[in-house]
Amino acid sequence: MAVLKITQENFEEEVSKSNIPVIIDFYADWCGPCKMMSPIIDNIAEELGESVKVGKVNIDDNKNLAMQFGIMSIPTVIIFKEGKAEKTFVGLRDKEEILNGLK
Amino acid sequence: MYDVIIIGAGPAGITASLYTQRGNLKTLVLYNEKSGLEKAEHIENYYGFENGISGEALYKIGIEQAKNIGVDVIKEEVTKVENNIDYFKIVTPRGEYTSKVLILSTGNKKNKPKIKGIEKFEGKGVSYCTICDGFFFRNRSISVIGSGNYAVSETNELINIANDITILTNGEKAPEIRADNVNIDTKKIEEIIGENKVEGVKFKDGTEIQTDGIFIAQGVAGSADFAKKLGIITNKDNIVVNANMETNVKGIFACGDCTGGLLQVSKAVYEGAKAGLEAIKYIRKNNK
Ligand SMILES: Cc1cc2nc3c(=O)[nH]c(=O)nc-3n(C[C@H](O)[C@H](O)[C@H](O)COP(=O)(O)OP(=O)(O)OC[C@H]3O[C@@H](n4cnc5c(N)ncnc54)[C@H](O)[C@@H]3O)c2cc1C
Repeated sequence: MAVLKITQENFEEEVSKSNIPVIIDFYADWCGPCKMMSPIIDNIAEELGESVKVGKVNIDDNKNLAMQFGIMSIPTVIIFKEGKAEKTFVGLRDKEEILNGLK
Repeated sequence: MYDVIIIGAGPAGITASLYTQRGNLKTLVLYNEKSGLEKAEHIENYYGFENGISGEALYKIGIEQAKNIGVDVIKEEVTKVENNIDYFKIVTPRGEYTSKVLILSTGNKKNKPKIKGIEKFEGKGVSYCTICDGFFFRNRSISVIGSGNYAVSETNELINIANDITILTNGEKAPEIRADNVNIDTKKIEEIIGENKVEGVKFKDGTEIQTDGIFIAQGVAGSADFAKKLGIITNKDNIVVNANMETNVKGIFACGDCTGGLLQVSKAVYEGAKAGLEAIKYIRKNNK
């Protein structure tokens, strides 16, 4: 599935109301390590197809979302299930670790 | 500019340098003080020494061997590494060096301080990466845990972002640093306190300070510390490499104890050789 651009405007629709798990990567353009997380997230989206949603949140453009989820460190990846933050990964992770978090 | 800079002068780093220097690459090895090898009293399971050899002696011989073939081997602690896409910048308390390839071989050093609350608040105010997370603490009061050159370097990274910084040495001697908004507290730490995020630090003597964020910079920076800032994937603080000793970041290789697995000289030597050879290929291929 395509990697979605998640914003304050579409968060409710795409994440809170989603009936499949959603993986969200919180990042900023100035954060070097975030650039290494990005292809891993793209790869997960490709591999998992329609079974999960994958999205990215630019924390500079969406400060409220970053606040709401208490993001104080990036990259942070959160897995949402039934609209709730189920698992949080702080810092760069490899694909396996994030996929394991889905189980 | 060097072709190759290697951080660490143990069996892994020195072996890599033997290959890169002999492959006509201008090579610099930076090291600091203790290596795992120096702590090994007597090594009897490494090839070629009929009566075994002390780790300290083997370490010194390795450094001399590299110097003898023309490698620059310099004793300076690396406090910061920057990836500027087409070159790397390596910073020590004395100055800066640049290179096309970087090899990490800093040994098996785990720097996480054993302080209650650190793990609980990771991502909730406790950070290991000034360049990733400094921004979250703009104009706030923050702390840096550490007491050496690395702590000073990290404090300098934050000086223009935070309102004020307190260096918490946790019982160690205070480092030298002079800036209007930097304080130093040498008291021993009991725990990090807060509800959902870091709110303060409690000391063993019962006193407390308020702080919004805590950056960890204890001891001498190791490969896992550099990895966090460079975007290198790690697994339990070991650097993840492929069979060619390449990390996920182009131009950065890692070898020896810092990649985990068997923590032995022979494995460090093999990985160093492989990293050196692959570094040569990388530079030739990229026409650098
Ligand atoms: C007590 C003990 C006994 C051992 N016995 C044996 C044995 O019998 N047989 C065996 O095969 N192995 C033994 N080992 C393991 C062996 O010492 C290691 O596997 C080996 O030294 C790993 O080599 P390395 O090059 O990866 O790292 P190290 O030898 O640890 O070298 C790390 C290098 O990195 C440098 N460094 C780190 N951080 C920085 C920085 N920020 N800036 C600059 N330089 C930095 C250090 O100064 C050092 O030069 C023993 C280890 C210990 C601790």
